[in-house]
Amino acid sequence: MFVFFRDLDRRWIFLAMFLAIAIPLLIGIRFPEEPSQMVRNVYQEIDQLEEGADILLAFDFDPASQGELQPMAAAFTRHCALKKHKLYFMTLWPTGVPMIEQNIRILTTEFPEYKYGTDYVNLGYKPGMEVVIQSIVSEGNLQELFTTDNAGTSLKSHPMTEKLGDILKMNLIVNVSAGTPGAKEWVQYAATPFNLNMVAGTTGVGAPALYPYIPKQLRGILGAIKAAAEYEQAMIEKFPDLKENKDAQEGLRRMGPQLVAHLLIIGLIVVGNIIFFVDRRRGTTS
Amino acid sequence: MIVSYFVPPAQSWKDDFAIWFEILAAFAFVLGAGNLLKMHLQKVSSRQAGWGFSVITIVAFLVTLVVGLGKVGVNPNAAFPEYAWSGNKMEPGSSWFWYIFEYVYLPLAATMFALLAFFIASAAFRAFRAKNIEAILLLGTAFIVLIGRTYAGIILTDWLPEPLRFDRLTEFIMDVFNSAGNRAIMIGISLGIVSLSLKILMGVDRSYLGSEE
Repeated sequence: MFVFFRDLDRRWIFLAMFLAIAIPLLIGIRFPEEPSQMVRNVYQEIDQLEEGADILLAFDFDPASQGELQPMAAAFTRHCALKKHKLYFMTLWPTGVPMIEQNIRILTTEFPEYKYGTDYVNLGYKPGMEVVIQSIVSEGNLQELFTTDNAGTSLKSHPMTEKLGDILKMNLIVNVSAGTPGAKEWVQYAATPFNLNMVAGTTGVGAPALYPYIPKQLRGILGAIKAAAEYEQAMIEKFPDLKENKDAQEGLRRMGPQLVAHLLIIGLIVVGNIIFFVDRRRGTTS
Repeated sequence: MIVSYFVPPAQSWKDDFAIWFEILAAFAFVLGAGNLLKMHLQKVSSRQAGWGFSVITIVAFLVTLVVGLGKVGVNPNAAFPEYAWSGNKMEPGSSWFWYIFEYVYLPLAATMFALLAFFIASAAFRAFRAKNIEAILLLGTAFIVLIGRTYAGIILTDWLPEPLRFDRLTEFIMDVFNSAGNRAIMIGISLGIVSLSLKILMGVDRSYLGSEE
């Protein structure tokens, strides 16, 4: 047995990881979640705004990270719609436009009363990375940079963007990002210099770098699927009808595989270290 | 940008610069695409190792470009039905570009990212060793955070006082140790940038010109 594990072919590990993810997904293992204080802080930022507040939803992520970030982007979109806020979608990533459209589909299917141009608008993608952020915080510049929405329709023809000059009128910036440009750039070039309220959602590896900005420059962050699941739980507590909506529980669903995968990794580390110490005692470690 | 930041009459330059940057960024896409084609065509023409992948790259690039620019399969915008190209290139269910994105790019990108889980598992087994005190500390922290980021953290440590529960300890590690460490790194980098910038501006450091000083 010892020799088997010491010389273990990594394909066995790949198989174990595949099963650790696939079985809980297929069986549909679910665990209860308890929203942490950080998640409650983020939730509160959207929830406390009065109906009809202007919210900029900057979705700076791509298909590669959508497995981790789409549940929280969907939760933010759904929460804003439930609170009847006005939504302005935009992205600094060329591959971010379909990510926005996925979330707009939530509005069109679950909130048919939400009207494009009156309740939400898709500003689409702008090249230029952080320079775009620096530009749109300047007075009147938003309409200079974004003359049309993503479909090419003039922003002046939409009631909600007719007189939109800059993003300083936004009550909240919600950023979901998987890298650069992303939450860090929004904090540095918009939220901090202009005292704008901002919350962010990010990948597990990206979250540690954003903690230093909390709580003054950034009200809170959602880090990875765990936080998305907690956010969904917080929404279900406030809006019990969401219990019937399976799409609104994507984060909760993905926590089952995550638990098993984490336990597998811990098991592998333990076994690896046992082999290491036994080998060292025998004097065979290279 | 520096001048517009410090000199009030020049503040509008920042906006002009941003608009020019926007225009240049658009041209950069054309240059990037041209460079991609050049590199891969060179590989194919000289039959370098892996030239077959270059063929796939060129074909995929050209097909996506033609389908996207030509808005193949896109229905005209309802507001401008007389203009064939007025529709949204990402129109679900009809646009070919949408099909390529939804059924080719999206699964491929997600698969590449998902492969990380397999390599992390393999690396955890082979490389994460408690060789010294630092490694043991890292290992201990990883255990707490890995368990604390799932419901296992609550099940396994529910009997402990709340501050010692793994889910709470995870929050504590992230809020205190992680924030402090990251702030230290950020402040260190910022001071380093300021110091190096001053040295370059004052001519003390000329290494960027190739000098050894």
